[in-house]
Amino acid sequence: MNELEKMLRGDVPASPDEARAAAERFAARAADEGLADVAYALVDSPLGRLLVAQTKRGLVELAYGGEEPDSMLAELSEKLSPRVLEAPGKLDDVRRQLDEYFGGRRTDFDVPIDWSLSRGFTQRVLQATAKVPFGQLATYRDMATKAGNERAVRAAGNALGSNHIPIVVPCHRIIRTGGALGGYTGGLERKEYLLQLEGVLL
Amino acid sequence: MAIPPFQTFLDSERDTVFRFLVATVGPDEAEDAFQETFISALRAYPRLKPNSNLRAWVLTIAHRKALDLFRARKRRPLPVEELPEQPVPAASPNGRSEVWTAARELPARQREALLFRFAADLPYSDVAEALGCTEEAARQRVSEAVRNLRKVMQ
Repeated sequence: MNELEKMLRGDVPASPDEARAAAERFAARAADEGLADVAYALVDSPLGRLLVAQTKRGLVELAYGGEEPDSMLAELSEKLSPRVLEAPGKLDDVRRQLDEYFGGRRTDFDVPIDWSLSRGFTQRVLQATAKVPFGQLATYRDMATKAGNERAVRAAGNALGSNHIPIVVPCHRIIRTGGALGGYTGGLERKEYLLQLEGVLL
Repeated sequence: MAIPPFQTFLDSERDTVFRFLVATVGPDEAEDAFQETFISALRAYPRLKPNSNLRAWVLTIAHRKALDLFRARKRRPLPVEELPEQPVPAASPNGRSEVWTAARELPARQREALLFRFAADLPYSDVAEALGCTEEAARQRVSEAVRNLRKVMQ
């Protein structure tokens, strides 16, 4: 009995490498056929590994901490759709633009954006932020004003703190009235790095 | 708990499903059956209930795809070199499994039980779920299949 069961378990000529390759081909094909509601890639950058995700509408998430993506993927799955697949080929365009930006060869991003992870005032603040050009600064008050409520400075700060698409929606260009840098979800050292890259900080 | 992102599900089930299909349809056709299985799973995925038994579920799909493949194969004439080797070869020089090739001689219900239990390595509770029977019935089917397989192999 045991000998035969051991054979049944052991004698399956399938390797984990083949299974991984088959799974990668599956994910690429499913994304090409439009079956992935959220396609993502893990992209190395000077600021660590980034999780970059897009829907059919556009770029929806760009997150620091791509070394540990599980909780972020779970959030995308719950908020958008559980049809989440790793399909780096679908993100070639944004990956190339990020490379160029970090290499100093690009000053603005040309990708459609899916704003569906933000709402109302927050979304208006982020959309105003998306228009602040490379190498320039604006204040939290400016963004609150553009979003329609000049007194909601603190709320504008919170909105920027909840930005799902940093770098491309350049919340690092927004500082306090008076010139202090303010905060940054990815850590202040990343804000400084980006502002140095853009020639604003020395 | 909500169902996990599909990629997480794929990462945790791909080895089991691939092994199951290699044992079921053989190494040459396992890849196609694997693709069909996960495409079907992806289409149905958002409608799954939280706390579903994902492994038993995807193996049921894989099993169905394997049956489709067998039916399609029966309908079309086979080129000579694709005929299954008979008698069952003693060794497996072409990457085919001797014991799983022999298992093709068993009645379908017994063979299924073996595949879920040993190729997919499911506990009996999951074998029962995949076969749609009680755990006790699953145990019986497996032990009957092992007995018969030993006869086939002799």
